[in-house]
Amino acid sequence: MSRQSMRANDPKKVSGELFTLTYGSLVAQLLKDYENVDDVNRQLERMGYNIGMRLIEDFLARANPGRCYDLRDTADKIQQAFKLYLGVSPSIGSWSPGGDEFSVVMETNPMAEFVELPEHCLGLRYSNILSGVIRGACEMVQLEVMAWFIADQLKGDNMTEIRVKFVKRLEDAIPAGED
Amino acid sequence: MAEETVFDFIHMEAVSYVFQGEKVSEDEAVSKLEHMGFATGYRLVERLTRESGRYKDELDIMKYICKDLWVTVYKKQIDNLRTNHQGVYVLHDNRFRLLTHMANGKQYLQYAPRYLAFTCGLVRGCLANLGVTCVVTAEVTHLPACKFQIQVQRG
Repeated sequence: MSRQSMRANDPKKVSGELFTLTYGSLVAQLLKDYENVDDVNRQLERMGYNIGMRLIEDFLARANPGRCYDLRDTADKIQQAFKLYLGVSPSIGSWSPGGDEFSVVMETNPMAEFVELPEHCLGLRYSNILSGVIRGACEMVQLEVMAWFIADQLKGDNMTEIRVKFVKRLEDAIPAGED
Repeated sequence: MAEETVFDFIHMEAVSYVFQGEKVSEDEAVSKLEHMGFATGYRLVERLTRESGRYKDELDIMKYICKDLWVTVYKKQIDNLRTNHQGVYVLHDNRFRLLTHMANGKQYLQYAPRYLAFTCGLVRGCLANLGVTCVVTAEVTHLPACKFQIQVQRG
């Protein structure tokens, strides 16, 4: 009887759980280290920013996405990146009238798959790393954006929604220093 | 999907997080990483082994760690497993994934242990959930090769 044949788990699925669980223990450690959940949110955003700065290079190499001519192109690329790295296809929508602000909406959030927020952590933006990743990645392609959560399933919302706002194009950007 | 990249980056950020700040004690930082690894491994193995049969002995569990677990987490198998049959197992990985981002050779050898602490905890966590209490340590002499020593605690 071979053990291999009994393993019905999809290995892809399982290795996705690896980073979900790793991220979970990282957040748990941050909560232990900081008294204040706002500090945890800030730290997560900063980590995401650092990741985004490097991840964009991996994304450009893997997906060869080409140049963006407007923010709608950028939104499509962000959608594509979510698919590539998180295995979910978020929808893009809620454009502002000026076309400089949009939402990334996820029906399920793989980062928070095994998570329930305890009462004393209601201020925690668990997946805040994602908004940092978006900001860091865009900055490396000369786009300054702001990104923040406006809905989170962990807090009882129907979906998880990240708002992204275009700030400005960075001209002749000096390489961003590590913080 | 490219989730292994995401894991690599989260791991790098975890390492740089525990070492940030001016006066960080190396021991404390490493123990935080080890703890994160333990928590991850303990939960992960429960999900990975959900469908598998009972492992027949300690050696069988170690083989599981070297083959299936390593492939899931590090995309390759352990290159060599040695044991003294008295509860000490040594796992050799000739090209350990989390060290491949660093220059080969000896230049950054002093920083290598930081990138192994999480994995030591991960292995310890997996084994703990499979019913083996142990101490896991790691050693590097030449990047990106390293070895993990598992000392099973009996009694």
